[in-house]
Formats: sequence, C-alpha cells, structure tokens
Amino acid sequence: MYAQALNVAEKAHADDPELRARFQSRVDAEEKIEPNDWMPEGYRRTLVRQISQHAHSEIVGMLPEGNWITRAPSLKRKAALLAKVQDEGGHGLYLYSAAETLGVSREELVGQLLTGKAKYSSIFNYPTPSWADMGMIGWLVDGAAIMNQIPLCRCSYGPYARAMIRICKEESFHQRQGYEIVMTLARGTPAQKKMAQDSLNRWWWPALMMFGPSDRDSQHSDQNMAWKIKRFSNDDLRQKFIDATVPQGHFLGLTFPDPDLRFNEATGHWEHGPIDWSEFNRVVRGEGPCNRERLKARQKAHDDGAWVREAALAHAEKRAARKAAAKIAAE
Amino acid sequence: MSEMTEKTMPLWEVFIRSRTGLSHRHCGSLHAPDAEMALQAARDVYTRRGEGLSIWVVPSSAITASDPQDKDALFEPTASKIYRHPTFYEVPEEVGHM
Amino acid sequence: METPLFTYTLRLADNALVLGHRLSEWCGHGPMLEEDLALANMALDLIGQARNLYSHAGAIEGQGRSEDDLAYLRDCPDWRNILLVERPRGDFAFTILRQFLYAAFMHPYFERLSASKDETLAAIAAKSVKEMAYHLRHAGEWVIRLGDGTEESAARLKEALEDLWPFTGEMFEVDGVERALIDAGIAVDPAAIRPVWDATIDHVFGEALLARPRDGWMQTGGRRGEHSEHLGHLLADLQFMQRTYPGATW
Repeated sequence: MYAQALNVAEKAHADDPELRARFQSRVDAEEKIEPNDWMPEGYRRTLVRQISQHAHSEIVGMLPEGNWITRAPSLKRKAALLAKVQDEGGHGLYLYSAAETLGVSREELVGQLLTGKAKYSSIFNYPTPSWADMGMIGWLVDGAAIMNQIPLCRCSYGPYARAMIRICKEESFHQRQGYEIVMTLARGTPAQKKMAQDSLNRWWWPALMMFGPSDRDSQHSDQNMAWKIKRFSNDDLRQKFIDATVPQGHFLGLTFPDPDLRFNEATGHWEHGPIDWSEFNRVVRGEGPCNRERLKARQKAHDDGAWVREAALAHAEKRAARKAAAKIAAE
Repeated sequence: MSEMTEKTMPLWEVFIRSRTGLSHRHCGSLHAPDAEMALQAARDVYTRRGEGLSIWVVPSSAITASDPQDKDALFEPTASKIYRHPTFYEVPEEVGHM
Repeated sequence: METPLFTYTLRLADNALVLGHRLSEWCGHGPMLEEDLALANMALDLIGQARNLYSHAGAIEGQGRSEDDLAYLRDCPDWRNILLVERPRGDFAFTILRQFLYAAFMHPYFERLSASKDETLAAIAAKSVKEMAYHLRHAGEWVIRLGDGTEESAARLKEALEDLWPFTGEMFEVDGVERALIDAGIAVDPAAIRPVWDATIDHVFGEALLARPRDGWMQTGGRRGEHSEHLGHLLADLQFMQRTYPGATW
C-alpha cells in the first residue's frame, strides 16, 4: 500500500475512452487493479467512498460493543469481547490503509467522518442496553457483515481485496462468539431467555437493513457490478443471510419478530415481511437513537488525542534534528 | 476544525516474517510518529494472532515502485525465455526424477 | 481464614485485573487507532494474568471458588490490589505513566517470581514476564515522547507524576503475610526489586526530561483491603451482571 504520489499524475487523462476500455477488459479478465494503475475517476471515487465507509463502520462499531467491556459477566467473556472490539479497530485500520492507497490521507478520512460528510453503517446507531446485545451483534450483525464481506475478498481493487481477506480470516471467531453468547442465554434462566428474545426483537430488522436498499432502489449497483466492486445484489445477499440465520434462531427456541416469516418449500427460501425502509432512511439521515452520541464519542476521542499525536510528532522532529546535528558535528 | 490543521502522521509499510520460514512479506501499513513506535504498532496491529517472528517497518515514502506503464517493457521479455524452465528440457523417463 | 499464599496470590491477581479493567476502558477511545490496539493488547495480557492467578488462588483455598467467583463476588474490603491500579484512568499521560511505573516494577518482579518454589506461580510468572517486558518498553517509549514532546504533553506528564508518585510506595511494602513466604522462597522480596526499578525510572525520566519526585509520604492500604472511593465504582461496573442475576451461567 505504497507510492500514493504516483496516483496524482494519472488524473490528467482521467476519462480517456481507450484507457477506460483497457481498464474494463482487465477487470473483466479478473485481473486485480493496483494503486498505481490507471483507473476511471468514478472507480476511484466509489472505492474511496465504500472503503472509508467500511472503515468508519468498524471504528464506530467499536462503541456499542465497547459499552459492555467493563461489564461483561465473566472474565472469559470480558477477554473475548475486548479482543473482538480490538479486532474491529484493527479492521478499521486495514481499511483506512486500503483507502489511503487511493490518494486520501487517514486525517482526511477521519475528518469526513467527524464532520458527518462520510457515512457509516446505520446499525451502529442502535443502542446496546443489554448483555444479550453482545451476542446479537456477533451473531446477526457480524453474520450479515460476513455475507457482505466474503464476496469483497474478490473485489477488483487489490488492496481492498487483500484487506478483506485478512479481515474475513480474523472475523471468523466473531460470529461464533456471538452465537455462543446467545445460545448460553437461550439455555439459561427465564430472565436470560427473555433477555435474548428481547434483543433479537430489537436487532432483527436493523440487521436485515444492513444489506442496503432493495435492488429496485439501489443507486450504484449496475456500475459497481461491472467494476467488480460488488458481486451480488443487496437482495440476494439479504436472502442468503435470512436462509442461514432463521434455522439458527429456531434451533435456540427463539422467535423472529416477523409474522410473515415462512419457509417456501418450492423455492427453498425463507420469505420475510416488508422491511420498514422509512426507518432505515430516518436513521441514515441522523434520526436514529444514537447517531449524535456515536459521532460525539469519536469526536471526543479525536480531540482528547490531539495533544498526544502532536507530542509524538514533535518528539520525532526533535530526535531527527538532534541526529542531523550530531552527524554534522561528526563530519 | 482541528483535522484541517493537523499534521499528518507518517505512513509505514509493514513486513512480517512468519513462522513458516519464508522471507518477510508485506502485510499492510500503519501510521506512527517514528520508527520505534512504528515497530511497536506493527507488533500490536499485525501480529495479534502469533503471525510473526520478525518485523520490518519502512517509511512508505522510501519505497520506489515500478511504473505500471512500464509493465510490458519490464516483464514481457522474460515470458519468451522458456529455456529457463526445467520442462524445456527432455530427459528420458528411465532416468527418473531430476 | 485466608492463608498467606492465598492472600499473596490474590494480591497479584487483583492488581492485574483492576489495571486491566482500567486499560480496557480506553477501548474505542484511544488517541490514535494504533494506540487503541496497543492499550487493548496490554489490557488482554493483564486480564489473562488475573485469570491464571485467580484459578490458582481458588485451588489454594480449596473451597471450590472459580476465577469468576473471586472476581465478581467480593466486595471492596476483600480486594487486595494496591491503590495505584484503582485510580481512574485519567488522560493518556496518566494511563501510560501508571503503566510504566507498574511495568517497571512487575517486570523484574515476575523475573524473580519465575523461580518461585510454588510451581504454578513460577509458571504464571514466566509467561507474564514477557508481557511485562513489552508493557515496559511501550509505556517507557511513550513517557519519553510525552516528556520531551510539546509543552502541553510535558505539563500533563508532570501533573500525572505528581498524582501517581505517592501511590508507588505500596508496591514495595512487605507485611507478615509476605515475609514468611519470602523466607520460604515462594514470594519475591520487593526490596530486591528496588534498585532495578530505580534504575529504570531514572533512565527513562532522564530521557523524558522529567524530574523524579522526592520519596516523601506514601499512600497505603489497598493490600489490606482499605481502598479509595474509586474501587467501589469499578466493582459496580465489573460485577453488575453477576450481582443482578445471581447464579446464572454466562
């Protein structure tokens, strides 16, 4: 993930049709596009937007789960949760790095998050009032994320694909960790079962919304499919998730908060009731339960850390200056 | 806003030699104020699962990359030199593995 | 009746858990992403040490108490950690300086404890010494950067040192409980750690342009169960679930 300076020079002939055609044929041939390769401006912009949104989601996603690190009910759960939230920070870092290969700096990307210019996954604007939410986030939210992320391991952009391979490998424990928490609750006391059911009731619909608007209403789909940034439609991935998840929930004796949910013998798929997209749009717009809180927490960490980053840079400069002075003195 | 005036933290490329005995391999990048902190951050970021036995960190700005436009000139000429590959040479089967 | 070995092991365990808990409070709020991960790694090391030590303490006691029983079902007077580790996390200067002061002590301490006649303690120490070596290195490098960074970072570090220094004396205390264990070759004599600790502190403070305070009056009490106001709040967080749902499995 290097030599970003070269990217700038390429912008001169941004929309040369011949270059575009050659680019598309490379993508069609499943060749990876690398940072210094020519790429259409739209491709670059789309990737920066998608990768940075993804990175922001990982970072903001640390907050709802971080809410329970100090209150985890056993030392084993505490260690696993801390390790998991830390992983999310790592994944945010890998993704910021991938975005940086496209010629934007981490500082710019973080700035876009904090000013509200960049979005992150809406799911993290929901609160985590109960311990069961740790299970539900792992099982449903990470489960949905994995459905989205596995195809991204084959994304046409090399650095993004490589980051996703690493992330998917590391995330394999996250969903299992979550399911195990839910399972323990479902097999526990009546209060624990209630905790699990209540949490499922709150997270099910937001988890389904994570796949984004229905294909009929999705803005970017066709071009992103052609560029092999996206390989499956939102609705296909959502269906895959539902088919995988519903039996897992039934196995635990949990009920999904959807009266229309039923198995279609003919298609082999679980059919679901209508998703309330007005809620989705509302939360994306900023009118979710925790939008302001989440951004403020990030802003605070950023502001509180400013003097630390400044000090570290100042020290590095002093040290370099001393080294240079010593060298001159020696000559 | 502070992020507009904030100085950028240098970018480093991280190379890890894994347990498998292979050479150092590029595994990603990170931000750190100096080499020592970059080394420690690489340890904390990229070896959380016992991946590494040795770490190199290199300032990203110190890397010179080949230009993709030179790809044909740099890499095509070797494609025709099939005599560099063992299968170019015929050895009778009776001789066994060689 | 607590045996000396039980109390001693519990002291080590409580130090590790309480400090690990304080570090874990940073998760998601660190000054930069890379450091967020570093703080979580150190917290995980300490929580891991605590779990091993609690299991051992439970075995020594022989009443069937698990690591979770010990961590989640004791009230303040039964906690045996030093006061240093229960101080609220403060700013990054406070957190990293405390980590440095603690690691500068625990690294040589575990080095010696790995030769303990108690084989389990020796094994836990042998594993932990590597972890503390890294904490010492990481926190030490930060202390140098903050001390010799900007005016603000130097001022914050100085302030943190003034807050923390009176809590360092408790690390070196020896009471009757420990004296017998030291003589038996089970526990480590902190007096032996003093010169190593002094040298580490002086070296890093020298590079950090940080003046070492005079060893005056020192805070004490945690190891005997006499705690500050802060531990109760920490336990309210830590033990909330176990207290609200007694006997449940998680």
